[in-house]
Amino acid sequence: MENKLTRNLYMVPYALWIALFVIAPIILVLYYSFFDIEGNFSLINYQNFFTPVYLKMTLSSFWYAFLITLFSLLVAYPTAYLLTKTKHKQLWLLLIIVPSWINLLLKAYAFLGIFGTYGVTNNFLEAVGIGTQQILFTDFSFIFVSVYIFIPFMILPIFNALNELNPTLIDAANDLGASRWTTFRRVIFPLTLDGVKAGCQVVFIPALSLFMLTRLIAGNRVITLGTAIEQHFLVTQDWGMGSTIAVFLIIIMFLFMTITGTRKRGI
Amino acid sequence: MNKLIRVFAAVVIASLLLLFAINRLNSAVGFSSGNTLTIYNWGDYIDDDLIDRFEEETGMKVIYETFDSNEAMLTKIQQGGTTYDIAVPSEYMIAKMLEEDLLLPLDHSKLPNFKNIDERFIDLPFDPDNKYSVPYFWGTVGIVFNREMLGDMEITSWNDLWDPAFENEILLIDGAREIIGMGLNSLGYSLNDTNVDHLEEAKAKLDTLTPNIKAIVGDEIKMLIANEEAAIGLVWSGDAADMMWENENLDYVVPSEGSNLWFDNMVIPKTAKNIEGAHQFINFMLDAEVAAQNTEWVSYSTPNKEALQYMPEDMVEDERFYPSPELTEKLEVYENLGKKNLALYNDLFLQFKMHRK
Repeated sequence: MENKLTRNLYMVPYALWIALFVIAPIILVLYYSFFDIEGNFSLINYQNFFTPVYLKMTLSSFWYAFLITLFSLLVAYPTAYLLTKTKHKQLWLLLIIVPSWINLLLKAYAFLGIFGTYGVTNNFLEAVGIGTQQILFTDFSFIFVSVYIFIPFMILPIFNALNELNPTLIDAANDLGASRWTTFRRVIFPLTLDGVKAGCQVVFIPALSLFMLTRLIAGNRVITLGTAIEQHFLVTQDWGMGSTIAVFLIIIMFLFMTITGTRKRGI
Repeated sequence: MNKLIRVFAAVVIASLLLLFAINRLNSAVGFSSGNTLTIYNWGDYIDDDLIDRFEEETGMKVIYETFDSNEAMLTKIQQGGTTYDIAVPSEYMIAKMLEEDLLLPLDHSKLPNFKNIDERFIDLPFDPDNKYSVPYFWGTVGIVFNREMLGDMEITSWNDLWDPAFENEILLIDGAREIIGMGLNSLGYSLNDTNVDHLEEAKAKLDTLTPNIKAIVGDEIKMLIANEEAAIGLVWSGDAADMMWENENLDYVVPSEGSNLWFDNMVIPKTAKNIEGAHQFINFMLDAEVAAQNTEWVSYSTPNKEALQYMPEDMVEDERFYPSPELTEKLEVYENLGKKNLALYNDLFLQFKMHRK
């Protein structure tokens, strides 16, 4: 009896946290989304969302988030795999995580210098005879910098999954005559799929609402839903429309989590 | 563990002792709220020697704090934690602060030097009769361009920017009113136009500028233009002065079709404790010689007509920062258009940003 009581007592901070910082904000966002700019109750924001402007913005957010996730995965998986083969795994892992401790804004500003017309990259291109290119304010620079920022978050779950992989399974596959590719495709990848899914979630969801990089690195050539939310809250002060976009983002994220969610299967 | 607690206790005790010492020192010199003046201003926006002089003349102690955006200043004053006696918001923020009842009316009998202000800058729509504010500096929105990079091509008007020769050479500031305003001005409409057809027309015209636009950025525009990342930028005159200081190839022009005229103004916020001192300070800053010295240091445009005679001639005659009366006629101050129209401006601006090459 007393055991149950103390257990419930321990639940209080957690329950409070969830109620105050997860459920309450979502309800508030939902609440605000039903008010137009004059503060009257209306569904006009939802009607506005289904106009070409916002639908196009949603599609473009999706497309860029997809590209960022894809490239992060393509870089992160082999990196994580090689990491598990190195001698000082934890040290290498630390070196990959350290950049994520540096402020995002600082890193973005650094790229302004690196990719600028007179920056390091263009100096190099000039020296090897390719000539100066416009790198800053392009899709390429936007995706490159985003991938750079998200990679640690993709590597970590994949590394953990690979690290926990029972090496005897790979030996078994080899003994049974599987080629290295078949071993990867039929044994290693399926067993680390949960790590990949977790990594994709951690990258895709924040990538959907990136807004600072769209201005700093893409010079507002890339417009995502995050940009629109920022503008509605800070400049227009149209909290209703900003909240409505946020509601759709929450729905999209929820769907994405459900699709990629890990279902426990009996082994 | 014990050691840790001892270290912690030592830090706490040391801090308390210091706090006590400061308190004693302050009261020994005679600083109390009646004798200090807290000023809240933009960074790099006053000649420090003038603060020293004001302290000497009045025996008051000035506490000087800075902010970097009107919004940040508004939040601090709304919270009311610090007793700011003077603040320096831009004109559109004054309208907002008045709506929220955050300003105290000025007592003009205590501001004899107010007569030094140019009539052009008195009694403007954001504060009729200057009941709450006194202009501090003013400026325009215009085009900064790099002579070296453009060769002999001249820019004198908004419409010049549409020249195909400037492909991928223009940086814009990320401001809805500024950019839509450029579209309106280039068509000969008012910056405060709320006619939907005119606004749509301006947006359509801006879309045709897309091939020339390299990026739409924030404050980094100063660094980017000074580093010659692009040859042309749409900026505030104050930022242009900063950039020209960094890179001497740069030049600034107020477009001939007209543009925006902005003001930063001294006000006394509701948080003020030393209202008498605040008036003294405003009057001090309005003094012709003081204003001249301050303007030379800050290098923005002063609204103080009498100050001009104490300033170097090349500064006063620089039409880039003191445009001719004919051009000034065409400059407009932003009016508070109301939330609904502002939302329309922002929607059009968002659509313009989404327009791809």
